[in-house]
Amino acid sequence: MAILEIKDLDVRFATPDGDVHAVNKVNLDIGAGECLGVVGESGSGKSQLFLATLGLLSTNGRATGSVKYRDKEILGVPPDALNKLRGSKITMIFQDPLTCLTPHMRIGAQIMESLRIHERLPKDEAEKRALEVLEMVRMPDGPRRMKQYPHELSGGMRQRVMIAMAVVCGPDLLIADEPTTALDVTVQADILDIMRDLKAELGTSIVMISHDMGVIAGIADRVAVMRDGEIVEAGPVDDIYYRPQHSYTKALLDAMPRIDRPEHDAEGAPGGETILNVNDLEVRFSIADDAWHSRELRAVDGVSFSLRQGETLGIVGESGCGKSTLARAVLKLLPETPGTVLWLGRDLAKLRPGELRKSREDFQIVFQDPLASLDPRMTIGESIAEPLRALRPYLPKSEIVARTRKMMEQVGLDPHWINRYPHEFSGGQNQRAGIARAMIVEPRLVICDEAVSALDASIQAQIVELLIRLQRETGMSLIFISHDLSVVRHLCHRVMVLFLGRIVELAGRDALYADPRHPYTKALLAAVPVPDPKHEREKTYVRRTGELPSPLDTRSQLIFLKSKMIDDPAAEQYRPQLLEVAPGHFVAEHDPVT
Amino acid sequence: MMANGITGDVSAVMRKAQDVQGRSLWSDARRRLLRNRAAVLGVVVLGFIAMMAVFAPLLSQYAYDAQDYTLISCAPNWWHSAMACNAGGTHWFGTDNLGRDLFVRVLYGARVSLSVGLVATLVSLVIGIAYGAIAGYFGGRIDALMMRVVDVLYALPFIFLVIILMVVFHRSFYLLFVAIGAIEWLTMARIVRGQTLSIKQKEFVEAARAGGVGTFHIILRHIVPNVLGPVVVYVTLTIPAVILAESFLSFLGLGIQEPLTSWGVLIADGKEQMETAPWMLLFPAAFMAITLFCFNFIGDGLRDALDPKDR
Repeated sequence: MAILEIKDLDVRFATPDGDVHAVNKVNLDIGAGECLGVVGESGSGKSQLFLATLGLLSTNGRATGSVKYRDKEILGVPPDALNKLRGSKITMIFQDPLTCLTPHMRIGAQIMESLRIHERLPKDEAEKRALEVLEMVRMPDGPRRMKQYPHELSGGMRQRVMIAMAVVCGPDLLIADEPTTALDVTVQADILDIMRDLKAELGTSIVMISHDMGVIAGIADRVAVMRDGEIVEAGPVDDIYYRPQHSYTKALLDAMPRIDRPEHDAEGAPGGETILNVNDLEVRFSIADDAWHSRELRAVDGVSFSLRQGETLGIVGESGCGKSTLARAVLKLLPETPGTVLWLGRDLAKLRPGELRKSREDFQIVFQDPLASLDPRMTIGESIAEPLRALRPYLPKSEIVARTRKMMEQVGLDPHWINRYPHEFSGGQNQRAGIARAMIVEPRLVICDEAVSALDASIQAQIVELLIRLQRETGMSLIFISHDLSVVRHLCHRVMVLFLGRIVELAGRDALYADPRHPYTKALLAAVPVPDPKHEREKTYVRRTGELPSPLDTRSQLIFLKSKMIDDPAAEQYRPQLLEVAPGHFVAEHDPVT
Repeated sequence: MMANGITGDVSAVMRKAQDVQGRSLWSDARRRLLRNRAAVLGVVVLGFIAMMAVFAPLLSQYAYDAQDYTLISCAPNWWHSAMACNAGGTHWFGTDNLGRDLFVRVLYGARVSLSVGLVATLVSLVIGIAYGAIAGYFGGRIDALMMRVVDVLYALPFIFLVIILMVVFHRSFYLLFVAIGAIEWLTMARIVRGQTLSIKQKEFVEAARAGGVGTFHIILRHIVPNVLGPVVVYVTLTIPAVILAESFLSFLGLGIQEPLTSWGVLIADGKEQMETAPWMLLFPAAFMAITLFCFNFIGDGLRDALDPKDR
C-alpha cells in the first residue's frame, strides 16, 4: 500500500518577472518501507515538489493537484491539521543542519520538543526516548550530547541530531533533502549507512532527494529522475542505472565522474621543467582563547612538493585539511609564512611587493563560488579584463577589449555578453568567466580551488573538459584542489592527499587510485559513492563513531601512528616522515593496518 | 501590444548586431525604487519643497527680512479684504512678531536647513568613506589606530565642541557645516569600515589581489562601489539628523543668525508665541516634519531596493 500518493501536483511561483512553473503535473507513489530516490540537477524542482507536499511552500508559491497520505488528502489542508502530521508521521531533514537547529536550545531539548508536542510524553520518558534515538544514529556519549548546543557539534554530528529529531516520533515517511551534500565523503558514508539501518530497523519509508547519482545508488529501491519540474523516468533502481530509457537519465549517468573508471587514458606526467618548488611550507593561525591567551592552529604543517610545466597536481582532503590555505600560501595571498615557495627558482617571499604583483601574471587562481568571486557591480567583461589592466597597463583599451572578447570565446562565452553582469548568468557561465579572468594574462600556473564543486554534474564535466582543453592549448600547469576524488581522478597527473595540514600520500594518479597505501587514503576512496547500485550494495562499510579529530589538538595528526603519539593535547608530537614506497609514490609513516 | 511586438523584434535584431547591454545592480535598484509608492511620493514632495526653496524670492512679493510694524503677528490670510492685515497684500502663512512674512521666511529657512543637510552630509560622506574604507581594508594596527581616533572624537561632547568653535571663530554659516560634518562623519566611517571588513573577505576581492590589482584600485573599484548601497541608505537618514542638529543648535541660539533664518530658528521663535500666534510654530514645524518624513520614506525605499533579499 502506498503511504503517500502524489497526483498531478503542480507548483507555480508568482515572481515579479512572471510565473515560474517549478513542478509540472507530477505523479508519484511511495510505498511502505520503501526508499525512493529523487535525482535531478539544481532547479529541477525536486525540493519544491516535496516542500509543496508538506505545505511548506514560500508565500508566493501555489500548489494544485492532490497529495494523499494513507488515503487522506493533505494538500491545501489548514496548517493546524498538517502540523499533526508534520514532525511526527512525516518528517523532513535538510541540507544544512546548522540552520535547521535553533542555536540557543540544547540538543536534548530540541529532540524532545516534538515528542512533548506530538505525544505529550512526560519529561523523563521523553528523555529516555531521545537517548534511544541518539544511540540509533550512533551518537556516542548520549547524556553529554543532550546538554550540548548545536554550535558545539561538527556538521556530521549535527546531521545525526537532525535525523534523530526526524525519527524520534516514529514517522512513516522521512523526506531527506540533500542531507549529505554539505558533508565530507567519509561523513556522508556514515550518514547514509545510518539511514540504511533506520530503514531496515524501523521500516520507515524514505524519500532521498539528491543531485548525486552515487548517493542514490547506495540507498534507493526506486528512483525518479526529474528535469524542469517533470519526472522524465521512474523505476526500480537497477533499471534506471543499468537500463536507462530516457536520454536525460543516460546523460546524467554519463556526466557523473566515476572514481572506479578513469575517463581519460593515463597520460604520464609531462616531462617539462620544474616550475614550482614548495618546501616545508607552514601556515599558522592563532586562535584566541580569551583576551590574553591564544593557541596556534597549524592549517598547513610542513608541506613540500614540486610541479612541472604542463602537469596537473590534484590536492584532495576533507574540509579543514588546509587545502585552500595551502593554495593561498603558494600564491602569497597570505601574510608571511615559514617555508619557501620557489617560482622558476626565485623565492617569492624575497620579492618586493611591486615585483610580486608583476609576477602574478604567471600564476592565477579560480575560486569555488563563481558568483561570489565576481564583483557584482562590474560587468563580466570588466572582471575578465581586470588582471590585464592591472598587469599590462600599457595596453591600449581597444586591445584589452579585443583580448577579452577572444578569451570569452575561448572559454565558451558569447563575446556579445561582454557588458552583462554576473547575476544574469548561470553558475557554469560565471565559472567560465572566472576561468577567463585567470587565463587572460596567459599564466603558466592556474590553481583551481574547488572550482567545480558548486556546479551540477553535467556542468562540472563541461568545465573539467574546458580546463583540459585549455591546458592542452597553452601548456599551463594546474593545481586542482577538490574534496571530490572522482573529479580529481579525471584530470590530474599526480594526486596529493592532505590530512590536517600534512601530506599523507602523494603519488601518480593511477598508482594512488589503484594501490592506495595510507589508511586515510583508503578510507577516503572507499567512502566515495559510485553510481552503480550493485557495487554500492556489496561494499563493506567500516563503521565509525565519534567526532573528527580537532586540528587544535596536536595528537590528532598522529591518529594513524598511535604508536608514537604522546598523550598530551599540547605536546610537540613526532612528525611522520614521507617514505618513497615506489618510484614517485610517497606515503606518510603509519601504523600497520590490521 | 503591437508596439511591444515591434520593439521586441527590433531589440532581437539589435542583439545580433551589437553587444547585449547588461542590467546592472544599480539599474535593478532604480527599477525597484520606482515601484515603491511611498518612496516616489517622498521624492516628489521633497523635490517640490526644494524647488520652492530655490525659487523663494520669485514666489513672494516680500523680502525675508522686511519688517512691517503695522502687521505684527497677523493670522494667515489668502485673499484681499479691508482688514488691516492684508491691506498691502496677502500673507499666506501670516506674519511673525516683527511683522515679517512667514511664508517667505519658511522658504528661506528651507534653503538653510536643506543646504546644511546636504552639504554637511556630503562632507561626512566623503571623509567617512575614505577613512572607513582605508581603516577597514588595511585592518590590523592601522585600523586600530584610526578607529581609536574616531572613538576619541566620539567621546567629545558635541555641544561643547560647537560652542568652542563658535567662540574661537565667529559665528558663521559655514562653521555650522564644519561643526556638524565633523560629528557626522564619525558614524559614517564606522559604518563604512564595518561593511569594508565584510566585503574584503569576499572572493572577488581576493580574485582581484590574485590578478595583481593594486591596493588603491581595489579600494576604489571593488570596495567603495560595494559599500555604497548601505551607505546611501544611511545618507538618507543622516540628512534629517543633520537638519535636526542644525535646528537644535539654532534653537539654542548657536546656529543661524538673524535676520537669516532656518527651520530650527523659526520653530524656536514660534514656540515663544505658541499661545498668541500658533501659526508661527505650526508652519515651519509642518514643513520640517514633512521633509523628514520624505527622507525616511526614501531611505526605506532605497533599503528595500538595494537589498531586496533582506526585506
